[in-house]
Amino acid sequence: MTPAQPAAAAIDAVPLRHPWRWVSGALIVGLVGLFIYGAATNKAYGWSTYAEYLFNERILLGVWNTLQLTVYAMVLGVVLGIVLSVMRLSTNPVFRSVAWAFLWIFRGTPVYVQLIFWGLMPTIYQNVQLGVPFGPSLLHINLQNLSIPFLLAVIGLGLNEAAYMAEIIRAGITSVPEGQTEASTALGMSWGMTMRRTVLPQAMRVIIPPTGNELISMLKTTSLVTAVPYSYDLYSIASREIAARIFEPVPLLLVAATWYLVITSALMVGQHYLEKYFSKGISRQLTSKQLEALADAQTEAGHV
Amino acid sequence: MTPMVQAVTVCKNFGALQVLKGVTLSVERGQVLVLVGPSGSGKSTFLRCINHLESVSAGRLYVDGELVGFRESHGKLYEMSPRDAAKQRRDIGMVFQHFNLFPHRTALDNILEAPVHVRGVKKAEARARARDLLARVGLSDKADAYPAQLSGGQQQRVAIARALAMDPKLMLFDEPTSSLDPELVGEVLAVMKKLAAAGMTMIVVTHEMGFAREVADQLVFMDGGVIVESGTPREVLSNPRHERTRAFLSKVM
Repeated sequence: MTPAQPAAAAIDAVPLRHPWRWVSGALIVGLVGLFIYGAATNKAYGWSTYAEYLFNERILLGVWNTLQLTVYAMVLGVVLGIVLSVMRLSTNPVFRSVAWAFLWIFRGTPVYVQLIFWGLMPTIYQNVQLGVPFGPSLLHINLQNLSIPFLLAVIGLGLNEAAYMAEIIRAGITSVPEGQTEASTALGMSWGMTMRRTVLPQAMRVIIPPTGNELISMLKTTSLVTAVPYSYDLYSIASREIAARIFEPVPLLLVAATWYLVITSALMVGQHYLEKYFSKGISRQLTSKQLEALADAQTEAGHV
Repeated sequence: MTPMVQAVTVCKNFGALQVLKGVTLSVERGQVLVLVGPSGSGKSTFLRCINHLESVSAGRLYVDGELVGFRESHGKLYEMSPRDAAKQRRDIGMVFQHFNLFPHRTALDNILEAPVHVRGVKKAEARARARDLLARVGLSDKADAYPAQLSGGQQQRVAIARALAMDPKLMLFDEPTSSLDPELVGEVLAVMKKLAAAGMTMIVVTHEMGFAREVADQLVFMDGGVIVESGTPREVLSNPRHERTRAFLSKVM
């Protein structure tokens, strides 16, 4: 073996210059500056009204309601989506066709129409009775006496979402190689355990990015619940309640847009960390923890 | 004593395609049987029937005296529930051509997975056992590596350790070295030789004739879904009786 060579001198070269990057950068900064100046001085934007209403109590209530609608509808959509995707992949023909029909209807009609329909539910089914068919009734509910627009909005958004989530989850499940299921089966795992411990954790990598899309899209779709009609979400309060009262639609729309953006940004951060968690073992590159351990081992060996 | 594996005219159809046309053989405890044959000869399918990854279409297949995948009572066969089939598979280890390690788990966690979640072994206990197994396959320093960070040979050795963690009474190897770089084949075969020497009952589908000659108690040559010839490796390799065996061996040796 040759003895270790003395360390070579680090390269000290003149870096390549990029003049056009500076020119195009300056041009864009200039244009953006002009736009901001224009927006700041244009009275139509109503910035004082914007500032006044940004943290208005009603607006914050709207933000809270919109968040609740989004989360509940999404949870309903994901849970039902998992059930539907598993049904679609099942060998049972009844399950397969039921799931197919659900997707066909809920993906094939506009969510706005579906929301109106759910809003009309208490008119279509005025009474709900639970009991033995042709026998005694155990529970009797008069839907028309209940005030349930929030619940109907969640159901409407959630069922629509389930149809889309089912396809996303199915794509994730089918993206996991067959060998993974086979290896799990050969180790004596049941179908359920194979799904839970082998297939779904790997499918998550494929499922999460489009689900993040769906969540952000859901946040904005909640502005359609006015069709139910439910009128206490962010958009309804900002535009129909406040803007209609003070006759200043532009600043109120900006207030609503700001809050939608804030929530979306928070969701994007969450998605980033979820993606990182589920990409374990995907790359050959060593994780920072592993690199540290190796570097430690190297220095220790160097000292000996 | 009952043989570890007994196949009686095992047939397997995929629709109209007949892949196995009556395979009869038996493997005694502690024996190593090597299956060779051209691709499409049904050797992998036969292997997959033994742990019921494929269900047998005709004939009977017994592991340790127990019918595989079915229950027989009063001369009638009943399909086994998935739960019972899974129970049967726990005692049969399988190693695949493409390793099929779980990519989202470290080498150690790959080995822990089944003992902890299928057998219900305590985690600390299983972890100690898994470290022993990693040492046995010569990979003590790779416990925390993910499969993607290991070479093919290392991955296959982890896969063998993973199968051994369930304390199988029988190990099935489906072309364990076929997707490895030539210089990595030796390390996997070495682990398998050690395993055979320790008395494990093994059925190995392979093209490694050197391994067959050295380790096998019984060599079976399959072609077109039937056993063409079988015997000790020396008989079959140096003095093949059938033209088809001769033609095949001349290509792989």
